[in-house]
Amino acid sequence: MKLVLRNALAAAAIASTLILSFTAAGPAMAATPKDMFVMATFLDEFTTLDPGEVYELVPEEYVANTYDRLVRVDLKDPSKFNGDVAQSWAVSPDGLTFTFKIRPGLKFHSGNPLTADDVAWSIQRTVLLDKGAAAVLQGIGLTKDNVLGNVRKVDDTTVSVTTDQKYAPTFVLNVLGAWPASVVDKQLLLSHQKGNDFGNDWLRTNEAGSGAYKLVKWTANDSIVLQRFDGYRFPLAMKRIVLRHVPEASSQRLLLENGDVDVARNLSPDDLAALTKSGKAQVSAVPQATLLYLGLNVRNPALAKPEVQEAMKWLIDYNGIQSNVAKTTYKVHETFLPEGFLGALNTNPYQQNVAKAKALLAKAGFPNGFSVTMDVRNGYPYGEIAEAVQANLAQAGIKVQLIPGDNKQTLAKYRSRMHDIYIGEWSADYIDPHSNAQGFAWNPDNSDQSAYKMLAWRNSWSIPDLTKETTAALAESSTVKRAELYQTMQKQMLMNSPFVIMFQQVSQVAARPGVTGLDVGPINDLVSYRDLKKQ
Amino acid sequence: MRKLSANSASVRWTLRLARWVVTLVITFAGLLAVTFVIGRKIPIDPVLAILGDRASATAYAAARLQLGLDRPLTVQFLIYVRDVLHGDFGMSLLTAHPVIEDIQRVFPATIELATLSTMIGVLIGVPLGVIAAVRHNRWIDHVARFIGLVGSSVPVFWLGLMGLLLFYAKLHWVAGPGRIDPVFDGMVDTHTGSLLVDSLIAGEWDVFFNAFSHIALPAAILGYYSVAYLSRMTRSFMLDQLSQEYITTARAKGLPEHRVIWRHAFGNIAVPLLTVIALTYSYLLEGSVLTEIVFAWPGIGSYLTGALLNADMNAVLGSTLVIGVTFIALNLLTDALYRVFDPRAR
Repeated sequence: MKLVLRNALAAAAIASTLILSFTAAGPAMAATPKDMFVMATFLDEFTTLDPGEVYELVPEEYVANTYDRLVRVDLKDPSKFNGDVAQSWAVSPDGLTFTFKIRPGLKFHSGNPLTADDVAWSIQRTVLLDKGAAAVLQGIGLTKDNVLGNVRKVDDTTVSVTTDQKYAPTFVLNVLGAWPASVVDKQLLLSHQKGNDFGNDWLRTNEAGSGAYKLVKWTANDSIVLQRFDGYRFPLAMKRIVLRHVPEASSQRLLLENGDVDVARNLSPDDLAALTKSGKAQVSAVPQATLLYLGLNVRNPALAKPEVQEAMKWLIDYNGIQSNVAKTTYKVHETFLPEGFLGALNTNPYQQNVAKAKALLAKAGFPNGFSVTMDVRNGYPYGEIAEAVQANLAQAGIKVQLIPGDNKQTLAKYRSRMHDIYIGEWSADYIDPHSNAQGFAWNPDNSDQSAYKMLAWRNSWSIPDLTKETTAALAESSTVKRAELYQTMQKQMLMNSPFVIMFQQVSQVAARPGVTGLDVGPINDLVSYRDLKKQ
Repeated sequence: MRKLSANSASVRWTLRLARWVVTLVITFAGLLAVTFVIGRKIPIDPVLAILGDRASATAYAAARLQLGLDRPLTVQFLIYVRDVLHGDFGMSLLTAHPVIEDIQRVFPATIELATLSTMIGVLIGVPLGVIAAVRHNRWIDHVARFIGLVGSSVPVFWLGLMGLLLFYAKLHWVAGPGRIDPVFDGMVDTHTGSLLVDSLIAGEWDVFFNAFSHIALPAAILGYYSVAYLSRMTRSFMLDQLSQEYITTARAKGLPEHRVIWRHAFGNIAVPLLTVIALTYSYLLEGSVLTEIVFAWPGIGSYLTGALLNADMNAVLGSTLVIGVTFIALNLLTDALYRVFDPRAR
């Protein structure tokens, strides 16, 4: 018996020792090198690397750092623009044609020269590919039918873009400064072209840009490795940038605390608070152009009543939800233009007032409330906020049945107008007020066959007057007047609309001490690695 | 006579092989049909995963057409079967790579983790179970039962996070989430997909130790669950055998105790234990999603889950088929090993 025990114990001990000795053998602490920047983030949105096809947030950030475009908006003053490949630009007297002079001597990562022909072809390519990104360029009237004529190489250093109608110049520059207008290497892509795909099949997993960094390796759902482009217009401190997919927030925090990553982008409010307290990271907060709102489908007779819409706005405990659920990742914001946008009204007139809401419901014929459903996507903080909203609305007898689902599942239902209430987010494509005005206050065709399925359409909200106002604001060339027009629209919609806008997202970036220069804008397309430095 | 016997053995083996092949084909076809129908019926729109929610109606229609979603379900299924038989699982919507390439990348990561975890489970769990049975109701038995209890009641993601906190963040014994530090990434050529094996082939010891320090903790955590399960099962099998009359007889005949335990009792539990080990291994090969998420481990579990949530049906079907085939292959291997360990099965 003793021999058996000894043999078995010996086997177990040898196994444990082997494991422990090997485990301890690996050096665990490995701070990242000085010229390498490692960031923990979510990379599961990457379905393609082609700027003409990209339509998700983090992929936009990748494109922003590997490709150049004509201009980029100035983060310090969104009414101003800096030339990227464009040295200068001018607008024709009729306001329809924008002419850009291209900087001389620019090169792509491949070594090919960057010319006006590449710039024009890149914009034409995105429109002709007609993937999700084309929707942004369609905003300035570029269509498959007219893009070859309206976007032209004038000579080797000049490109002109003609719009279908007069738009505010800042709007046109915002669109041309967005990722769908990224400049791609025409010569390289044509060498990889299959049929009429403009090199799309190849570019989905490769890169053909002239931006600050070039792609070394993309491992789906794992990492993206970028290398400094030594031929860039100005010197860059970081030689290598690594984006690591770390789906668990707690794991991101541990990696940051141990120096295995320099920046973590998706920490929970509790982790952020603990990190700030410990001094192991510096946390910066940047308001994002993403709004969290309730969409009320006016096909539901109860939700169609203006009194009910207003009552719901009075029932939400905005501050309570913000401080208990959303915490530092969202701030209260009730208008359709996020803080930082031209014309944004930063007033939040609604706060919970149950008595007022009950009176409005009684006036609408629902003194005891009514029953509705709410579609909620899975994941923090949507479920938690939806439950809080459910409890708020119940205070006036509105019984909400929550229907949880995958994001794309709930979105598909929303897009087919099959919901009662939808709790969701809206992110601007570019930081021009039209991006959100088009979403919330524009519905040129409320029929089921409409080609424009923006938020007003999705909630069956027919708004011919607001649609005209949105179009007028888009054409207004005076920045001051334009801002006033958007302010008027926001006031109207605060009083009467089937949107209960509740919060604006705040991006929390946690960086190791000594890491500087990560420019995070209100949208991912405006996140820049170019000024990154580590001490 | 000997020739006749050899012939009949050959016929028997051919029949057995034919039975295996038929079983494999039927299982494979069933797996293919069921996963395909479920995949097409889930209420997630794959077009939205590609185009985003602001694409024009024409772009949306074109994408549906390109994915073949406008065709009848039976036609879609037949096309899929034809492609699979030609070794083409299609393109993944989420990664823009052929599904077969994705699987070649993520499955070795899972195999590496599952193999190491199962090794830990077998090397520690089986001896522990034997000792616990032999020393029934003594302190070592209580320890084994406690390990089993914790292993079946503590969630793996919690244990994973606690493990990271202690061994990575506090003690610095192991490396953090991920398969390798970014500085070592891409330093060795891929031959097998296992970083441990590939770094050994390349003779890159730094890479090997770094990869090992990354895999050690997730393997130990998953290995703990294998230890808990295997020790419990081994203990139970052994207790059953040790109470049999032939054990009493063996002892009465004066056989040394180690021979009674290992040769007689353990020899008789080898076959059921083999089934349990194979099941544990195949369970781990399906990918432990939560462990993979906590440790940012790019294995087939998180790949399949991500694909499922985004209606990336080619990736879902490809992964399911690979896991299914692996499961079937492990079953066949276990069947074959029965014949080695159990003369009655020959």
